[in-house]
Amino acid sequence: MKRWFSLPYLVWMVIFITVPLLLILFYAVTERTDQGLVFTANHFKQIFDPLYLKVFLRSFKIAFIATLICLALGYPVALFLASKDFPNSSTYLLLFVIPMWMNFLLRTYAWLTLLENNGIINQALELLGISKVQFLYNEGAVILGTVYNFLPFMVLPVYSVIVKIDESVIRAAQDLGANNIQVLLKVIVPLSLPGVISGITMVFMPSVSTFVISRLLGGGQFPLIGNIIEQQFLLTSNWGFGSALSFVLLVLVIISMFFTNMNNKDGKESIL
Amino acid sequence: MSKVLKKLYIWLIILFLYAPIVVLMVYSFNDSRSRATWSGFTFRWYIELFQDRMILQALYYTITIALLSSVIATIIGTFAAIGIFGYKKLSFNLVRNISYIPVINADIVTGVSLMLLFVFLGINQGFFTLLIAHITFNIPYVIFSVLPKLYQMDVHVYEAAMDLGASPLTSILKVVIPEIRHGIITGFLLAFTLSLDDFVISFFTTGPGVNNLSIIIYSMARRGINPKINALSTLMFAVVMILLFVINKKSASNNHLEKKVRREI
Repeated sequence: MKRWFSLPYLVWMVIFITVPLLLILFYAVTERTDQGLVFTANHFKQIFDPLYLKVFLRSFKIAFIATLICLALGYPVALFLASKDFPNSSTYLLLFVIPMWMNFLLRTYAWLTLLENNGIINQALELLGISKVQFLYNEGAVILGTVYNFLPFMVLPVYSVIVKIDESVIRAAQDLGANNIQVLLKVIVPLSLPGVISGITMVFMPSVSTFVISRLLGGGQFPLIGNIIEQQFLLTSNWGFGSALSFVLLVLVIISMFFTNMNNKDGKESIL
Repeated sequence: MSKVLKKLYIWLIILFLYAPIVVLMVYSFNDSRSRATWSGFTFRWYIELFQDRMILQALYYTITIALLSSVIATIIGTFAAIGIFGYKKLSFNLVRNISYIPVINADIVTGVSLMLLFVFLGINQGFFTLLIAHITFNIPYVIFSVLPKLYQMDVHVYEAAMDLGASPLTSILKVVIPEIRHGIITGFLLAFTLSLDDFVISFFTTGPGVNNLSIIIYSMARRGINPKINALSTLMFAVVMILLFVINKKSASNNHLEKKVRREI
């Protein structure tokens, strides 16, 4: 088919995807001094300032824990929905997509009503005679918000891979004497890895870079990489440092793309 | 594990996903401004909503940007996918990988990179830059919805149309596009929803005076969100649900028809 059909997009792609990413690198390695524009490594060195290093570690810790929880909660959901017990699984899947049609800021904000000191959950606890719990403004609240927002991103890709597993493979394992646990661990889990990898990418990347969830549920006391980037561009105008931080996130993206590609060598599989 | 336990587990997770949404909807009928107390049922916020210029303007920008960006992205993206489909392996992989970056990239990095571009080119940020940003992150979703459909399609159909004397453009419009229409529709819907819900990229690429709903909500969050916003979201959610119901009914009958035709062939 006609290759030139893609020409308008190629122009668009170069101007609005490639060039902007190169600009990030450009701002990250240059500095405006009295002698004009000079190359510098200062912005990248600044990342290792203990203050920022702490933020980096916290972001990775929170994203890592949130991704693990999403995997632990989401994998069984995908597994169950793909099983014969759920013949109408497409309706259930829709139930996992529908929340995304409500503004995510509002959904996150609504957790305040549930979790605050006089919130619905604490009032319920009080009725049960249990003392109030401080849910908000700690790392736990940020993790909860992250899991809440990105759990569907884990369920959908894992489900779409598990549902395609050839049933005869599972029956063959059973015929050869494998019990249910063995079938799960030796057949289904290895075959579902491509879905798990894409789920992990889809959850980890937005988690590690969020600045909204930490602002709303962490009360601004637990800044993450995203908050620092926002600050550099909108408050302190230190674009060089902001770009260096963005560049680190970009490298992460490229690494995770490498893993996704390994599972999809000919590029024919749907990756959404 | 028994079926009951599985069902219970799934419904617990669904409860977790819907609890805040229910809270938000219920509190849109709360007579008190504060979210801490319930002081009676009211439609007040639904009425006041339509008198709030700021919210209505944000709604206008949100919907205009979502419609324009998803239509433009669907056109550019569909033709892009058809073109890329014919590439040799190396250039195919290159374009595919670059297009994949906005999909998995952190929103904040996409937003910041576009902001740097606009500043670099000396473009004042506003409606136009917001639209460009939305088109940019929408196109890849269209491409990746359409590409799999192209692989499922029988290329001989296209060649047959050419052999019968159709020009390349006619064969694309009359033969290929109808074959891949499900991918195009999925891509369009995906683009539209993503645009409607976007905050981070819009936050960095818009200018003074041009706010979408997400930006308004974010700026309100510090002082406490006005129940009018809850009312608006409840309305929008209801509209989406109704649309979804209608589309589902329609596509269910279409699928039924298609299966019937297939069987008869």
